Amino acid sequence: MATESKKDMETMTESQVKVEASAQAEDLSAAPARTLWGDAWKRLRKNKLAIFGAIWIIFMILVALTADLWVPQTLGSPTEADSTTMAQMSRLAPSAEHPFGTDTLGRDVLCRVIYGARISLAVGVLATAISTLIGLVMGALAAYYGGIWDTIIMRLADIFLAFPYTLFVIAMLAVIGSGIQNVFVAIGILGWPSIARVFRSAILSVKENDYVDAARAMGASDFRIIARHIFPNSVASIVVYATMNIGGAILTESALSYLGMGVVPPDPSWGIMIQDGQTYLATQPWLMLMPGLAILTTVLAFTLLGDGLRDALDVKMKDA
Amino acid sequence: MGKYILKRILQFIPVFLGVTLILFAMENIVPGDPIKLMAGEKKLDPQTEVTLRASYHLIETDDNGQPVYDESGNTIETPMWKRYVFYVSGLLHGDLGTSYQRSGQPVADILAQKYPYTIRLSICAILLEAIVGIGAGMVSAIKRYSFWDILVTLVTSILVAMPAFWFGMLLQLFFGIVLKDVTGGGFYLPISGAGGPNAEFNDWVYYILPAMTLAAVSTAYCARIMRSQLLEVLNQDYIRTARAKGLSRRDVIWHHALKNALIPVVTYIGIDFGAMMAGAILTETVFNWPGVGYETYRAITQRDWPIVLGSVTVIVVVVMVINLLVDVSYAFLDPRIRYGAGKNE
Repeated sequence: MATESKKDMETMTESQVKVEASAQAEDLSAAPARTLWGDAWKRLRKNKLAIFGAIWIIFMILVALTADLWVPQTLGSPTEADSTTMAQMSRLAPSAEHPFGTDTLGRDVLCRVIYGARISLAVGVLATAISTLIGLVMGALAAYYGGIWDTIIMRLADIFLAFPYTLFVIAMLAVIGSGIQNVFVAIGILGWPSIARVFRSAILSVKENDYVDAARAMGASDFRIIARHIFPNSVASIVVYATMNIGGAILTESALSYLGMGVVPPDPSWGIMIQDGQTYLATQPWLMLMPGLAILTTVLAFTLLGDGLRDALDVKMKDA
Repeated sequence: MGKYILKRILQFIPVFLGVTLILFAMENIVPGDPIKLMAGEKKLDPQTEVTLRASYHLIETDDNGQPVYDESGNTIETPMWKRYVFYVSGLLHGDLGTSYQRSGQPVADILAQKYPYTIRLSICAILLEAIVGIGAGMVSAIKRYSFWDILVTLVTSILVAMPAFWFGMLLQLFFGIVLKDVTGGGFYLPISGAGGPNAEFNDWVYYILPAMTLAAVSTAYCARIMRSQLLEVLNQDYIRTARAKGLSRRDVIWHHALKNALIPVVTYIGIDFGAMMAGAILTETVFNWPGVGYETYRAITQRDWPIVLGSVTVIVVVVMVINLLVDVSYAFLDPRIRYGAGKNE
């Protein structure tokens, strides 16, 4: 049984292995030394759970990206309801025609879950990108310049972290308004302190190295030292942290949309679908089960990949 | 130690000022006039409106609380910084402010009404977390790589990846609907409409599902920390020595390993208790629980900023105090830790 699943896993990743192998071949011609990423990939490849997570993420991305090409033709529109057939189509149980059933307005639930993946993945990636960017700049300023910069930025981080997180995001959305762009911004802006802390401690440990002194002795500018010497040596921890953060951002988006503060209907967010389904928990539970499973599997995939990357890149993290 | 505690308490000040300042800025950016929102459809008589604005310090007042007029007889809007000063000085006098919309109820009264629910739920959740989390982590570490270890790892990974509100609904679905014959459907949406001290709500049964929902994610983390800590401790020399001198594995685990492995777990549980005291908007929403988190959320959607400011201020202070207590108790639990001795905090 175990060997069988291992075999499966290997065939599944065959294409990726080939891509990586050719990339490695190019690397080898340029520099005979093994790279950090090459080594990390070798370790990651052996981690079945991480590869499984990566495959699920790639699958979700492909489905979400190609949705316009095939979903409306087979499953109908994710947002528009057909008023003529609504009465007969409302809240049908899962069947061959509608694998996940239909919702109150007669829309196919699978179709909405697929389009919901677009929103969740977009929020996860973009919000993480925003927090990472702010976090990197703040962390770099704090660690590299130290002194008063460090004090101000880290106290600011303390203030942000002292807020009850969910309430803070909701208050932020009350100020800037709901809607998907504002969800990116709110989750993104409020996520910077933890990334800044990770990057700050990464820089502090790299900064002590002799090659940084050497670069400074050669007259390199601060920006060049950070960009060329410090950043590449602390990027591993950022990659791991960002991967895990995507899952967290997806969870936050679903919670906001569930509360009615996030994505605005009729856009199909998984959180909104769960909220809609809650009313019919007793009679049509699939309405809330399916989008919930979508969130669970997606977040789990990012966590597994993040764990795998952490082990493969040998990044030390504080939490268990 | 005393110096360390004093230093930590002094650090509260900038955090506290920062938090209230950010909230104040938010209140001022949000569109809509609170007094007009308060009146709703009704048209306010100008004199009442002026009195109301004066009572909320929205316009400048003299020492007797009477509105001040400029040369052309108009009221003068209080600048934001001045209202902030009023707010903070009110806080220092123990005044959390007055709600805009709950017919001028003091925020402190509203919170006093809601906090018991939050505290009771938090205590249930934290007990559940400590018992299940520590137990599962111990089993997982002692029987490493066994079926039980894999089960714990699997379940914790799933719990962490689940939206908490969805988990709450799954519990309702399972206990209230699938097991309807056993539970009599009693768990399903247990306390909708509750809010007063009615007899039904005092029933301990109604705490089970919300506490499980609230505790789910942190129980998973607690089990993971317990597992990794116990494994680390079991690898240390003094454990081998204890075994070598002939103690049974059970004795070594219970009397030697557990104490040391528990220190970080207890810290985690303490900090988590602080986080729970901040209210759990999602759990409270799913179960219609009249706690602080849901009340604050409702205040945000109703633009009732005095409640938001008051409750977030209280939450932040409560969380900071609990975190400080946790850090201090850490020094007692682990004598190797000395605060204030080194240059680090």
